[in-house]
Amino acid sequence: MRFVFKTSYDADIRWFKHGPQMFWYGLLLVFMLALPLYFVWDGNPYLLGEFTGVLIFSIATMGLMLLTGQTGLASLGHACFMAMGCYANIKLLESGVPWLISFPLAGLLAGFFGTLIVSPVLRLHGVYLALATLAMAIITGDVIDLTERWTGGVAGIAVPDISIFGYQINKYANPYAFYYVVLAVVIIVVAFYRNLLRTPLGRSFAAVRDSEVSAQAMGINLAKTKATSFFLSCTAAGLAGALFGHSAGYVTNETFDIVMSITLFLAIVVGGLGFIHGAFLGAIISGLIPVLIANGRTMLSTSFDINLNIPGLESAIFASIVIAFILFEPMGIYGRWLKIRTYFELFPFYRKDMFKRQKSYLKTERVQ
Amino acid sequence: MDVIQLIVSGLANGCVYGLIALGFVLIYKATEAVNFAQGDFMMLGAFVCLGFTNADYLGLSFWLAVPLSIIIMGAFGYLFNWGVLRHMFGQSQVSIVILTIAVGFILRFAAGTIWSHEPVSLETPFAGEYLNFGGLVMGIDEIAIIIVTVVLTIGLYFFFSGTKLGVAMQAASQNQLAAYYMGIPVKRVQSLVWGLSGAIAAVAGILFASKGAIEPASGLLGIKAFAAAAIGGFGSLPGALVGGLIVGLIEPLAARFAPDSLSGIARIAPYAILLAVLVVRPGGLFSQTQKKKV
Repeated sequence: MRFVFKTSYDADIRWFKHGPQMFWYGLLLVFMLALPLYFVWDGNPYLLGEFTGVLIFSIATMGLMLLTGQTGLASLGHACFMAMGCYANIKLLESGVPWLISFPLAGLLAGFFGTLIVSPVLRLHGVYLALATLAMAIITGDVIDLTERWTGGVAGIAVPDISIFGYQINKYANPYAFYYVVLAVVIIVVAFYRNLLRTPLGRSFAAVRDSEVSAQAMGINLAKTKATSFFLSCTAAGLAGALFGHSAGYVTNETFDIVMSITLFLAIVVGGLGFIHGAFLGAIISGLIPVLIANGRTMLSTSFDINLNIPGLESAIFASIVIAFILFEPMGIYGRWLKIRTYFELFPFYRKDMFKRQKSYLKTERVQ
Repeated sequence: MDVIQLIVSGLANGCVYGLIALGFVLIYKATEAVNFAQGDFMMLGAFVCLGFTNADYLGLSFWLAVPLSIIIMGAFGYLFNWGVLRHMFGQSQVSIVILTIAVGFILRFAAGTIWSHEPVSLETPFAGEYLNFGGLVMGIDEIAIIIVTVVLTIGLYFFFSGTKLGVAMQAASQNQLAAYYMGIPVKRVQSLVWGLSGAIAAVAGILFASKGAIEPASGLLGIKAFAAAAIGGFGSLPGALVGGLIVGLIEPLAARFAPDSLSGIARIAPYAILLAVLVVRPGGLFSQTQKKKV
């Protein structure tokens, strides 16, 4: 049992609520920094590559989490903005811009163009945003195909190496350096995200999510707040896309397909909507499931002689997990952890409906 | 002449899109939820009918299989709402969007496992027959599609504006709490709407499969129907049909008249138009939205 006494207003917005929390996050940081040492000792950096992949994916899920978890808007097309960031980064690098400038610029470009396209839709009900972004996700591949002159289209385009002050970083030649680059970006994004949540802007995101009407009554400009959220979200997606390009080394029109967009969305739901932790847990789960299924398949076919080579099985399993979460644990994995932690912290005073959300009755915005 | 031929076949395609769009406009109108799995409902309805009719499966009479599959899909829609969605009553719209997307994945997987992933065609009594109007050739299936769609749209329009149940559905959507006060069993009404939309999906699926071939991935056609519904203005039944026709017409015409260097334009045309409509006239052509005053 721990009591946190708040003796100043600053206590509400501190980065860490209490000492032990700071200790655990510090430990996590040390662990992440020291992780490559194990692989140096082991001599096989394959798994480190997987870690890096999950970290890159988590940047994108954080972007989407900011939009969906914090502001309550659904985007089904974040892979499209990842593609924008990726191709912008490639083009900038090819025209001789140093990586340290091209990389953030690619993210900002993705954010700018993404917001430019959807800004008329942001004034409407959230369903329209989901629709517009879904349409963008579908045409991404075809647009890349049509603009073959710049993007390489079906044949694809090679992604130049990262170069920081003349030091070349390639995922295959130097996986450790690449890991640290990705980790640095992740830490910056997390710091930005965490900081944002305690600014007036972050609070207005939450207000818009919880009730647009009352947010307006508090003097929040809806369209502007939503557009800002979308811009930041797309920027993060663009950064993730640029890193994804470096990680893949070669991108074609099929790299950023609609399945990726939808996986991103499902990942944040499984992780836990509205929590930074949820973005990471979702990224881990969506990276883990294909591996687990592949292993399960091999095990079944070698030891029991059952052939489970059914197309679509992976997405069906992932979809079932998502449905189970929505029905039985709407707060996701992180929500479950919070409940367990609260149970032990308050033992034996935990009540079953402590995390229950208030039901809302729907009202339409249409005139009939 | 070939342009008119293109237009006729485009109209028939557009009617199928319109029918799918009708299915989720119905749900949106009555429950404010968007069923992202409507295309997969359509695909499932087609496969159920196909499973009854085709000689490879049960080989029943087509005229027996059609009402059977419509009833089955209606029950499926009703039970889906009763068993799954009702437990989410009061949760945010976003969760319903995710849930229906996930259900779409599962339906596609299930249909592929039960009936194979190969494209199959529905064996109808009127397959391959056509009428010739002075050089303009129209398949019976195309004529059937157009007639059924128009009749269904008009019927539903009057159902919503005229009958007691239709008005109750509108009320349940406009203000759930007030609808409860008026004695409307909101949850049952919502289940009924889902049933109705399942039945319409079955009709759309049967028509689609009799005209061309159906495969589990056809469920993704629903996304084109989304474009149709949004172009028409979400929540408007005639708008859904008009939007469907626009999408159906644009595709073959864009493919026919686009220069060779832009051959991919036909594939993105429906979505490009959707984005254009959303940018220029965000509420759709038959807009029903208005800003809430605070």
